[in-house]
Amino acid sequence: MTEADVTHSDIPGDRPDGMEGVIADWASDQRAFKNVPWGKAMMWIFLLSDTFIFSSFLISYMTVRMSTVVSWPNTSEVFALHLFGTDVPLILIAIMTFILISSSGTMVLAVNYGYRRDRKLTTILLIVTALLGASFVGMQAFEWTKLILEGVRPWGNPFGAVQFGSVFFMITGFHGAHVSIGVLFLLIIARKVWRGDYDEGRRGFFTSRKGNYSVVEIMGLYWHFVDLVWVFIFAFFYLW
Amino acid sequence: MTTAEGQQHPLGIYFKIWGLLFVLSTLSYLVDVLDFQGYLRWSLIVIFMLLKAGLIVAVFMHMVWERLAIVYAILVPTLALMVLLALMALEADYTEFTRLLFFGGGG
Repeated sequence: MTEADVTHSDIPGDRPDGMEGVIADWASDQRAFKNVPWGKAMMWIFLLSDTFIFSSFLISYMTVRMSTVVSWPNTSEVFALHLFGTDVPLILIAIMTFILISSSGTMVLAVNYGYRRDRKLTTILLIVTALLGASFVGMQAFEWTKLILEGVRPWGNPFGAVQFGSVFFMITGFHGAHVSIGVLFLLIIARKVWRGDYDEGRRGFFTSRKGNYSVVEIMGLYWHFVDLVWVFIFAFFYLW
Repeated sequence: MTTAEGQQHPLGIYFKIWGLLFVLSTLSYLVDVLDFQGYLRWSLIVIFMLLKAGLIVAVFMHMVWERLAIVYAILVPTLALMVLLALMALEADYTEFTRLLFFGGGG
């Protein structure tokens, strides 16, 4: 390859793929993320930082659970619900998992219909996503109430190791806060799609830049991330 | 604009992944219902978790269709967490050892 071959065109479709593409895109004096809007790149970087926050929580949970010499409460029993005459293990958590996955499904459809400029369907799908998210938060509130009434506190609980309570409230609380903020923003974006802000290029709040339908995709990234975090919480905290 | 705007893909793939996530969630829930214990339980949980996480990031978050420049920028730094994980596992082991030694099971 000669020196001249190293220069690449700036049209995304014309650029090399694979490792050569990584080097070409990250070479100096140009934007690194060729076909990614700045808002999406910034959302990804925010999600990366959030990954570190949640990972730190989960790793500290591992540390306290490994180092305690008192037995860890059996989550299968602690989170069981008494239904139809028997105790069903973890049933509420399972339902919450399915609800969050379904909300991810409706969200990804909303992104798709947004780019097709189908305002009505996009709005409906965003609102359905928000409703599923709100019901998830509602079930979490129910679960918190149940555990608090049973005497679980951040400094102790009747089932076993004291660290159980602090880890539970910290991790599910932080995740629940993320879901709640997501629901709020889903409703804001749904209203803006419904009003046609992204067709007219009306200037948005926060940035006062003209928005387009990539805003729905960026919202989607946040929402899928919330689902992604729940996958890890479900595995490590509830099932382990 | 001549190129297609944003991430647009056939809807079918989303429904397939949605279904797969339901199946994987059911399987990981069954691990608890069927009361598997020990290494079988842990390995199944981790396998189903990683599959679900991979599907969400790859398809729902469109990572398979992105250029490698952003894929690497976002996914590679998370590997640093493995170092923290290893350090904290060592630390937890040591803490447990000293607690057993000095508190005799009361800590």
